[in-house]
Amino acid sequence: MSEIADAGRRKGRSLLDNPRLRAILVQSLLLIAIASLAWMLIGNVRTNLASRNIASGFGFFDVTAGFAISQTLIPYEESSTYGRAFVVGLLNTLLVSAIGIVLATVLGFAVGVARLSSNMLLSRLAGAYVEILRNLPLLFQILFWYLAVLGTLPGPRQSLSLAGEIFLNNRGVFVPKPLFAAGSGAVALAVVAGSALAIILAIWARRRRLATGKIIATGWITLALVLVPPAVTFVIMGAPLSFERPELKGFNFDGGLRVVPEFLALLFALVTYTAAYIAEIVRAGILAIPRGQTEAAYSLGLRRGLTLRLVVVPQAMRVIVPPLTSQYLNLIKNSSLAAAIGYPDFFYVFAGTTLNQTGQAIEIIAITMAVYLAISLVTSALMNWYNRRLALRER
Amino acid sequence: MTGSDRAYIRTRLAANEPPPTRAGPFHAIVQGLFSGPLNIAFTLFSIVAIAFAALPVVRFLIVDAVWQGMDASACQGAGGACWPFVQAKFGQFIYGTYPEALRWRPDLVFVLGALLLAPLLAPAAPLKRINALLFFGIYPIVAFVLLTGGNLDLRHFLIGRLTAWNIFGSATTAGLSWNFWSDYVATAFLVAVLVEVGAALLGARARKASFTALFVFAAVGAVVLAADLDFGLEPVETRSWGGLMVTLVVAITGIVASLPLGILLALGRRSEMPLVRLASVIFIEFWRGVPLITVLFFATYMLPLFLPSGVSVDGLLRVLIGVALFSAAYMAEVVRGGLQAIPKSQYEAAEALGLGYWQTMSFVVLPQALTIVIPGIVGNFIGLFKDTTLVLIVAIFDLLGQLRAAFADPAWASPVTLYTGFAFAGIIYFVFCYGMSRYALSLERRAAVAGGR
Repeated sequence: MSEIADAGRRKGRSLLDNPRLRAILVQSLLLIAIASLAWMLIGNVRTNLASRNIASGFGFFDVTAGFAISQTLIPYEESSTYGRAFVVGLLNTLLVSAIGIVLATVLGFAVGVARLSSNMLLSRLAGAYVEILRNLPLLFQILFWYLAVLGTLPGPRQSLSLAGEIFLNNRGVFVPKPLFAAGSGAVALAVVAGSALAIILAIWARRRRLATGKIIATGWITLALVLVPPAVTFVIMGAPLSFERPELKGFNFDGGLRVVPEFLALLFALVTYTAAYIAEIVRAGILAIPRGQTEAAYSLGLRRGLTLRLVVVPQAMRVIVPPLTSQYLNLIKNSSLAAAIGYPDFFYVFAGTTLNQTGQAIEIIAITMAVYLAISLVTSALMNWYNRRLALRER
Repeated sequence: MTGSDRAYIRTRLAANEPPPTRAGPFHAIVQGLFSGPLNIAFTLFSIVAIAFAALPVVRFLIVDAVWQGMDASACQGAGGACWPFVQAKFGQFIYGTYPEALRWRPDLVFVLGALLLAPLLAPAAPLKRINALLFFGIYPIVAFVLLTGGNLDLRHFLIGRLTAWNIFGSATTAGLSWNFWSDYVATAFLVAVLVEVGAALLGARARKASFTALFVFAAVGAVVLAADLDFGLEPVETRSWGGLMVTLVVAITGIVASLPLGILLALGRRSEMPLVRLASVIFIEFWRGVPLITVLFFATYMLPLFLPSGVSVDGLLRVLIGVALFSAAYMAEVVRGGLQAIPKSQYEAAEALGLGYWQTMSFVVLPQALTIVIPGIVGNFIGLFKDTTLVLIVAIFDLLGQLRAAFADPAWASPVTLYTGFAFAGIIYFVFCYGMSRYALSLERRAAVAGGR
């Protein structure tokens, strides 16, 4: 009896040889490890917070912030609450990210296509752009734009000006500020209505093309639909729009719309840096389309432009979109580098100033991480939806 | 090949064609650059762009630059780079405020690293295994001792913390505390006994398990021992580290520490155990979803709150922990790519040979997967190298941080100081990153040739 048991044991027949039991054991060990780690950390945090007299909880959101923010998209004063500052910072992050994504996409596509150009000079130039921009740290580039380019601009009195309306100096860019009078609501409505009609027209034209094969030229009608109704309303309402021009008063400009240099530096750096990556993605995407596709399109009689637009780009987009998504996410995350130059983005306002003033590191850093996580998840969900729409529909 | 079965046979010779006149390099240039109005516009645009970007850079860096001088007065009216500024600040850019008399230590670390790394990177060099062991196993300890001065001054291990174990008082030999090391050895044997009993209860091979535990303790102990020994080196606080040295320390530690963790996470993400998979996915996606700067803030402001009271961790070490966790998540995704590229038949063949999970992974799957993803790892390293600049936001002065500090020096205030500093740092960053990306590219080409892909 014992001999048999020993033989079995020697062959290695133990409880651990049962894969299911082993899996349960490993997973429960993992669970215990995570739980005890969490328990230990929470205990440490409690004693530390108590010994350092740091308050906890989210009450600070209703406390007066007491600091100024240089760029605010919604009304904000020093007497506003931390909660308000949170929203102001978040909007600033979203602003720079949204503009950055659009511009980086445009520049990136242009550079990517230029790199594939048959013009040797142009393609080499685009190649040099990509290599230089990709191989320098983003923070280096942000500081370069901020300190070496915008920081060395002349003062307000010696501003560079464009047509006497737009001024550029070391305090930022000053542009005329649009003032909307009564009746501009109707113009906005006309813009929306015209655009809606244009979209309906496009859908109808596409359906008709799919059904009958006839191509309807909608270009001019679309342009008219988008432009004419707003223009007409604008005239009828008595031109409800005026501009407040920036004026030099004393040592600084007064009036107009000021774009702070921190915003410009961050935007330039984010756009040029991300565009270099997007250019590589676009190039790879276009190269991934077999030459046969282009040749087939040519032999069908399509011209170069149409071939690109109807045959190459739609297929290349399937290759381009997934990595493009991660570049967009990178751009959003990289916008937090604003902290280095003091652009009041979400990170600088919240994890910087608010953290310094309240000292509630745990809540604030946790919320900061959660917000970036949320923005990332929403962006990638949107891009995944777009990607699914582009995906090849196979039977 | 008689030709009788062909449908068409030419009976007369074709007329001789005139020699090609529209060929040769000149024609290629004309065709490539001036073949149409759009192309001409592109060419003109490129020429203008080069004239406006490249020429001033060359003039600034070389032609108009000031090469000699003792202070800012030499550069006041200069139209080009002020190289004496870089010369004067060179030590600061490379070492930060590391004591000048002790700078031979970082120098030695640089040289040793280069000597070990070069043959590791060259695909043709022999003795890869020993080389890798030296670089990943021994070199970090040597670098640690040389840079910090070693002599950790450890007092208590596990038992000492949990009980009032303090038999030897503060007696030390060669910088080693008797309390700590006797505690360590006792703990090791205690754990080994516990492992043996636990394994025996489960019916596993108990003796082997306890020896494994002892071996792990011995290996870790050897590392800690080396770092704890007093070699008579003067200690240098990490606060006085800076410049390129910190950049390299953060990047290399980050990548070396993230590799094992990344491999474990990648394996966890592909595990069949749902809890393990879930934990890995949450970990990876969390760190990938947040910006590095929040991770650095987490490490700087939040981590101290998580530690037991009385324990304080060095500022640079905190950042290193944050960077390692962050890059482990990215590393996991790179390794996962390699794991997915290994065909199922490899796993099946390993299983058929009777290999267990860890044997399959360490002898069959991982060696192949890691070879595939070396370019990806290098790419990760380039990203990390660039991202180390972010540490300046948490007041650790790497190359970029030292640069910024140097700008504030009134002794070197001149109109060209800013541009000179950016040019110098830019060249350093570019040389490192571009070199590494070329290296990754050459590896990819090599793999493509070798694998016939």
